[in-house]
Amino acid sequence: MPVTVRTFASTGEAAAALSSDRGARYLGGGTLVMRALNEGDISISTIVRAHDHALTRVDATGSRVTIGAGVTFARILAERDLAFLHAAARSIGGPAVRNMGTVGGNLFASNPYGDFAVALLALDAVVSVQGGLGSRDVPIEEFLQTRERQTGTLALAVSFQKPASADAFRYRKIARIKPKGGSVITLAAHLPISSGRILSARIALGSMAATPIRARAAERALEGRTLDATTISAAAAAAVEGTSPADNALASGWYRREIVGVHLRRLLSGQE
Amino acid sequence: MLELRKDIFADERDDNLKEIGKGTQRQDMLGHVTGTSTYFDDHKLQGMLHLKVVRSTHPHARLRRIDTSDAERSAGVRRIIRGSDVPRNLNTLLSLINFGKDDEPSLAVDKVRYKGEPIVAIVADSPREAYEAMAKVRIDYEPLPAVFDVEDALKPGAPVVNETYPKNAFIYHDVYDHQKLRFGDVERGLAAADHVLEQRYQMSPIEHAPTETNGSIAAPDTNGRYIVYTSTQALFFSLDTCAKILDVPSNTFHFIGGTVGGGFGGKVDTLTEPLAILGATLTGRPVRYVLGREEEMQFGSPRGAERIYIKDGVMRDGRIVARKIRALFDSGAYTRLSSYAAVKCAAHLPGPYTIPNVHGDVYCVFTNRTPATAMRGFGVTAMDFAIECQMDKLAHLVGMDPMEFRILNAYRDGDMKAHRREAKNCALIECVQVAAEKAKWPIREEFKRASSRKDGGGSRAAISPTPRESYAPATAPSQQRTTYDRAPAAAREPPPPPPPPPPRPQAPSHGAARFSSVFGTRRR
Amino acid sequence: MAKTALQFRHNGRDVAIFVDGGTNLLAALRELIGDMTPKFGCGQGGCGACSVLIDGELHLSCLTLAETVAGRSVETLDSLKDGPNLHPLQRAFADNFAAQCGYCTPGMLMAAKALLDRNPQPSRTEVIEAISGNICRCTGYEPIINAVLAAASGGRARA
Repeated sequence: MPVTVRTFASTGEAAAALSSDRGARYLGGGTLVMRALNEGDISISTIVRAHDHALTRVDATGSRVTIGAGVTFARILAERDLAFLHAAARSIGGPAVRNMGTVGGNLFASNPYGDFAVALLALDAVVSVQGGLGSRDVPIEEFLQTRERQTGTLALAVSFQKPASADAFRYRKIARIKPKGGSVITLAAHLPISSGRILSARIALGSMAATPIRARAAERALEGRTLDATTISAAAAAAVEGTSPADNALASGWYRREIVGVHLRRLLSGQE
Repeated sequence: MLELRKDIFADERDDNLKEIGKGTQRQDMLGHVTGTSTYFDDHKLQGMLHLKVVRSTHPHARLRRIDTSDAERSAGVRRIIRGSDVPRNLNTLLSLINFGKDDEPSLAVDKVRYKGEPIVAIVADSPREAYEAMAKVRIDYEPLPAVFDVEDALKPGAPVVNETYPKNAFIYHDVYDHQKLRFGDVERGLAAADHVLEQRYQMSPIEHAPTETNGSIAAPDTNGRYIVYTSTQALFFSLDTCAKILDVPSNTFHFIGGTVGGGFGGKVDTLTEPLAILGATLTGRPVRYVLGREEEMQFGSPRGAERIYIKDGVMRDGRIVARKIRALFDSGAYTRLSSYAAVKCAAHLPGPYTIPNVHGDVYCVFTNRTPATAMRGFGVTAMDFAIECQMDKLAHLVGMDPMEFRILNAYRDGDMKAHRREAKNCALIECVQVAAEKAKWPIREEFKRASSRKDGGGSRAAISPTPRESYAPATAPSQQRTTYDRAPAAAREPPPPPPPPPPRPQAPSHGAARFSSVFGTRRR
Repeated sequence: MAKTALQFRHNGRDVAIFVDGGTNLLAALRELIGDMTPKFGCGQGGCGACSVLIDGELHLSCLTLAETVAGRSVETLDSLKDGPNLHPLQRAFADNFAAQCGYCTPGMLMAAKALLDRNPQPSRTEVIEAISGNICRCTGYEPIINAVLAAASGGRARA
C-alpha cells in the first residue's frame, strides 16, 4: 500500500484526519516522518499536512512568547526577540536540518534528539494541541511524558513566559561531534531571581531518561537560595537524582550519570 | 605543508624525483565536482525491482520454521528468496585463494549466528512493497546461548558459534588454532629483566561508515550474462565470489564498478552482489539491493574488536629484553578476512623494536557478533595501539623519555627481527628524531646522533636459543561438511571441486602471491 | 496505484512528474527526473549527501516529501556549471583537492553555495558551521574548508 498524502487548509481538518486514522502522521519539517518512511516504517500509511499560517507564527514581542509548531530552527535563529533560544536552536543539526526541523516536531523527537524540547521544558512551556475533540493547552512536562500516546494529536504552538534577563536562561548540550552531533546529555536551566534569591528554578535534562525530564532535586537545592558556590555544589550533587539514562552509541547510561552533575555545575557557574 | 627530508639517507638514492612532492590532479576530479562520476546506484534501469532482506533479530538462534506464505502473496512481491534457492549457500571469502573453510551462508538456513544475519530476501516492485512483505515473514526462533567475548568463546563449554570451527577458533593449515611466533626464550628473558610490565588492551569494533552504503544492481544482459553495477572495492574478487556462490562460470558476469563512495576496506565482502544477481536470475528483471544506513551499521562488517595482552621485560637502562603477547581477534560469527588479519598481526610482532626474546600467540576467534573484515591496516592497527601504549608505560617505568626509549630499542640495519630476517632500510630512529624536532620535544644529544645505520647487527643480530614446544595435533577434521552443503547438482554441472589440499609454500597459486603472508611464502 | 502530479522548477527548468505518495525529493530527482547529482547516504538527515537548495535554502532532499516542492525552485549540483565553465566553487574544490571519493561532494558544494549566496565573505568558522551537516568520511574537511574560502576570495577578486 503506497502512502496517502492528505493536505488541509486548516489545523482543525488536519487534526480530525490525524485522530481518525491510526496510520496517520503529521508531517512537519520531515526530519522524523520522512526518516521513518525511508527506514521502512510501514506503520505510517497516511501523511497529513496543513497549510495553516497559524503554525508558522512567532509572537515574541511581549512578555509571553508564542511559537507556532511549524516554525523552523532557522527561523528561531532569525528572530532577535528569541535570542535566549539561539543556543538551543543552533545546537540542532546542521544548517539543512535547521531549515527543515520544526519546534513542534522536536517535541516528538526521541533520544539522542529533541534538544529544543529540553529548553522548552525548562521554560515551563505550555503546548497547545488539537485533538479530534478540539484544542487544549497541556503543560509540556505532561505532554512529553504522554507523547507516545500523542501521535493522533496535532501540536499547534508552544508558549511560555520570556526569561527576565539573558542570564536567567541557560542551555548546554554535550555532544561528541562539534558543531553538530547527537546529544550525550542536554541541560537547560531557568533561574528567575527575585531579591537576589532563586524563585521557581527549573532544570531540564535531555538524554537522562526516555523523554526530557526535570531535575527536581536540583531545583529544590536552588530554590530560595542565592546562586553561590554552596548552592551550585548542592544542585550539582542532586542532578542525577531521579534520572534513568539509557546506553546508546553515544554514551553509556553510567557515563551520563557521572557527567550530569559536572555539567550542571558548569552551567550554573557560567563556565564554558 | 608537505616537506621532503631529502637530507636523510641522501646517499641511498639519486635525487631525481619527478612526481613525489608535487601535487597531481586526480583524474576523476572533474567528475566529482560536477556530480557526473557514476556510482553503482546512478543507473536507472527499465523495470528495476528492489531487494530487501529479512534479518535475524537474535544473536544466536536455531531457525525452527520460516514461513513466507503471506509474504509471497503480498502486493508487489515478485519473488521470495530462501537459502535453498542459493546454488552454493556456503562460502568463505578467501576460498578463492584456497584459504579457510566455507563457513558462511548467503541466507541462513537452520541457524543464525549474529544479529542482522540475512535469512530471507524479498524482491518487489518498490521498496515500500518489499518492506510490507518483510513484515509478513514469520520466523520461529529458538534462542541459543550466545557468546560475545573472545576469551569466553575459547573456554571449554562455550556455545559453538560456527560449526565449521567447533572450538570457536580459526584453524590454520588444518592444524593450528592460532598464529605462533617464537624467538629466543621469553620466560628466561622475563626472569632476567629488572622490571616486568603486563597490561591488557582492548579495541572495540570500528565501522567504516562509508557515505555510500554497500549495494549493487544486477541486470540480465543478452546471451545469459548479467551486468552488475557494484560498490565493491574488489571487482574481480567479488565477481569470482559470485561465480562460486551462484555456481556458474565467472564469464557469466560483467561487473562494472571502480567509482566507490568510500570503502576503507568495508566493501570487499561481496555483501550484496550474490543476492542481487540471484534476484535478477529468478525474476528476469534488473534488481537493486542497497543497504540502508542502519543495515550498513548492523550488518556491514566492521574492523574487528581485539584484545591484547602484553608482558614485557625491561632493563633499568631501557633495553627491552623480552616481549610476550597474546592477541585475540574477534572475527564475529564468520571468518571473512579476520584469519588473514591474525596472520598480519603475527607478522608485525613485536613492533619495530629489536627484542631478543619474543613470544606471540594470535588467535582468530568466533563470537556471536557481526562478522569483521578488512579496514585500513587491519591486523596491525590495534596491535600498534597496544604496543605504543606499552612503550610509553615502559619508558615511564624506567624513568626514560618516551622518544629516547623508542630510539634506544628501534630496529637498526643488521639487527635480527623476531621472524629471523635481517632488518634492512630501517628508518624508525630518523622518524622519531624528526617528530621530536617538529614537536620541539627535547631529546639528548646521543639520541639526536643515533642512526638506523649505526650500531646495528653484531650481538643484535644473534638468534637466542629458542626452546622447542610440543603441540597437540589438530582434532578438527580437515574439511567439515555441514548441512548447508548442497548435494552436487547431478546433470547440469560437474560436482563442486573437492576441498583443496593444504597450500604448499613452495608452489603458491597466482592469488597466493598477493596474499603471500597468508602462506608464509617469501615475497619477491 | 494513485499518483500525484507535481510541477516545480528544477535547475531553472519547469518539470512535471507523477509521484507515488510518500516519495521523497531525492528519489523523485534521481529516479523520475534523472538528476543523479544528489546522493543517498543515510536517509536520516545525518550525512548531507542529498543536500539541495529549495528556493535558495539548503534542504535535505531525502527528508523532503516530493509534493512539498510544488511550484518551488529546486537547485542541485547539476545547476552549478555555466555551460562548459566550472562554477568558482567547483574550480576551487578541484584546485584544493577537496574531493577524494567524491560521494559527499555534491552535497558539500550545495551547502557551500548556500553559504556564499548569503554570505560572500565568510570566516573560517562560518564555513565550518555551514558544512557541519555534511559528512566527508574520507576525512578531507581541511581541503574542503580551504576550497570554500578560496572560492569566496576568488569571487571577490573577480568582482
